Amino acid sequence: MDLDIRKRELVKEFSPMLTKSTLTSKIWIGILIAVIATGLLAFVLQVVKGHEVTGMRDNVVWGIYIINFIFFVCLSYSGAFISGILHFFKTPWKNAVSRIVEIITVLSLIVGPIFILLCIGRLDRLHYLFLYPRIQSPITWDIIAIMTDLVGCFIYLYLTFIPDFAILRDNSEDAPNWRKKLYRFLAIGYYDTETQRKTLHKLTRTMSAMVIALAIVAYSVLAWIFSLTLQPGWNSSIFAPYFIVAGLYSGIAVIIIAMYLIRKFYHLEHYIRKIHFTSAGIILLIVSMLYGYFTFSEYFSRWFSHKISDAHLLETLFGKYFWQFILANYVGVLLPVFILFFKKLRTIPLITFASVVAILGLWLNRYLIVVPTLETPYLPIQDTREEFVHYTATWIEWSLSFAGVAAFILFFILLMRLVPIIPMSGIIDYERDQDSKKHKVSTQN
Amino acid sequence: MKEDKDLPQENSSRRNFLRLGLLAGGAAVTGFGINALAQEDEKPALSGEKVRVLTPDGKMVEVDASSINNYPEALITPEESRKGIPGKKFVMVIDLAKCKNARKCVESCQKAHKLDTNEEFMKVQLIQDNPEASAYWLPKPCFHCDEPPCVTVCPTGATFKRDDGIVLIDNDRCIGCKFCITSCPYSARQFNWGHKDKFDDKSQPYSPETSVPAAEGTVMKCDFCPDMLREGKLPHCATACPMGVIYFGDRNEDIVTNGSETVRFSELIADRGGYRHLEHLGTKPNVYYLPAVNRQFPLERGFDIEPEILERYKDVPVVEEYLKNQNS
Repeated sequence: MDLDIRKRELVKEFSPMLTKSTLTSKIWIGILIAVIATGLLAFVLQVVKGHEVTGMRDNVVWGIYIINFIFFVCLSYSGAFISGILHFFKTPWKNAVSRIVEIITVLSLIVGPIFILLCIGRLDRLHYLFLYPRIQSPITWDIIAIMTDLVGCFIYLYLTFIPDFAILRDNSEDAPNWRKKLYRFLAIGYYDTETQRKTLHKLTRTMSAMVIALAIVAYSVLAWIFSLTLQPGWNSSIFAPYFIVAGLYSGIAVIIIAMYLIRKFYHLEHYIRKIHFTSAGIILLIVSMLYGYFTFSEYFSRWFSHKISDAHLLETLFGKYFWQFILANYVGVLLPVFILFFKKLRTIPLITFASVVAILGLWLNRYLIVVPTLETPYLPIQDTREEFVHYTATWIEWSLSFAGVAAFILFFILLMRLVPIIPMSGIIDYERDQDSKKHKVSTQN
Repeated sequence: MKEDKDLPQENSSRRNFLRLGLLAGGAAVTGFGINALAQEDEKPALSGEKVRVLTPDGKMVEVDASSINNYPEALITPEESRKGIPGKKFVMVIDLAKCKNARKCVESCQKAHKLDTNEEFMKVQLIQDNPEASAYWLPKPCFHCDEPPCVTVCPTGATFKRDDGIVLIDNDRCIGCKFCITSCPYSARQFNWGHKDKFDDKSQPYSPETSVPAAEGTVMKCDFCPDMLREGKLPHCATACPMGVIYFGDRNEDIVTNGSETVRFSELIADRGGYRHLEHLGTKPNVYYLPAVNRQFPLERGFDIEPEILERYKDVPVVEEYLKNQNS
């Protein structure tokens, strides 16, 4: 079997993605770096001047930082979940998307926690969390869960990278020296022998099951940060499963958008096909209905039982936040459902559009969970003095938020320069499988 | 008094002044209940000089001058402040019938804790329970709950519940995650959002019992003034109230006082229909309210205190109506 020749072919095919940079890609990287730099400036301002520069005040003490935190972390959990399922059940069309999912998982888990750090008043005392830990605090659970999850996801991502590092090591004679050295180091002596392959597959499979479990645990804990308090909009028993479903919703949507951009930018139409979009679209349809159902149950029970505190919250949601509520919980759910429901509408651009709507809607939905609750405490906010006004995010908060998104995209682009976004080892495995099947058929004949 | 014996010995001198400090204070605040002479196991060095003080049951006794507290110089460090005052279980009763929003509690508290005008440990809210009920002023300190949600969620133990019932914050330990603020159903906590010059004033060493000086990026709230309690005095809000709205005392002794009147806590609550705010949340507050019945002042008296007071409450329906009537 001419596996080595095939590997060489693949490296040749994908190496332009790794090494060549076009003018547009340079411009994009420049823009991303500029956004991140603005964010860094905002961060310095916040450190120097204190949290006064944010829109947060005594009633709304958590703002869009914590919303971004939930958003990115939920992206990661859903990524882990989806990727774990793809691997564990050996989904037939997984190869083209699995690496995208894995990268999303790890990167969002790096970007997410940065936002929670922005929310902390005394970063210089962060180590107190380990010096004086108190195990009954949900924040401590969250730290344990996120760190475990991060380690688990890193190991998992690395395991899936090893065979490709090995292929790149063996086939990059023309590459610069540092690349060769890097690949040799990262491949940790993997030579794709029968036993090595078996061990690696076993490990990856075990880890894929573990990251699913980790994802469920960690995201439930995150939901509990809210639902274990006594606050009207948060104290809800369905929050943990609701957050997990919401996470899947945004996760699948981000995967679709990433597929669309990568396919378009790197001309990978051969690998990322329409079937990927329609399959992901159908999963998004199922999850969006599930998510809509959870959202409805959550608000319906509050509305129907109308405890006074819940009634106040709903008054705020349907008064001050009327349009946001409509956009988040009607348009953000029903429009994707509508687009994805009809077979004729399931085209690649429309599925991507539905995903964009889903993501924006979900982010707004998180906003409506966090901020209005803090604006309607049990004892009404009566003071109309400036210090007690309602929350609006300042440019500092926005620029740091955009910097987070930019960092996510930039890391993504950089990682795509290290290994091809389509796993070469996956293609080889697939072809080997086909071969052996053919072989079997021919011997049987 | 069993727990007293478990305390390390080096604390004995402090606890002595404590106990006797409360006793001495009992003379100042008439009849403020103290259970002082319960212990005989520690004997401080005697100076020979005698001082006369008043016991809770109204007897005049002589004690040695060296036993009287040398308080203000003594600083309660963050570590010591976690223990609480032995044998005490502090409780506050707020008589809503007497409150006319004089705001003296707010002001004296701000002065004692070096707070700015927009920082209020004690807030006075204007509450109307239902459309038929008449509105009333509700002074709202921290409720020092027996099941404090803020303490449960704190990841570093910066906020803690003491044996004497007080919930304090150690702002040397606080990392500023604000989880306690979001978990408090009574909005009792405040955050120091930016730097202020007063934080640099180290003339008074920091103690969680005084909450002074505050620190940037940390949480603060009403502390029940344990520094005053150690001296045997009432919290600043209770002393400052001209109407005697705020009663403070010790549950173990079943006595509360507003400085001029001393009453049995259990009888007061039983006879006057005392209640706790948002009882159904299960936080078990240590601040009780007496309902606003047979008022001593009309509600409107509270509007004239400060010129901007009406402006501040302008979104409250009662005030909206009041303003409409005035203008017509």
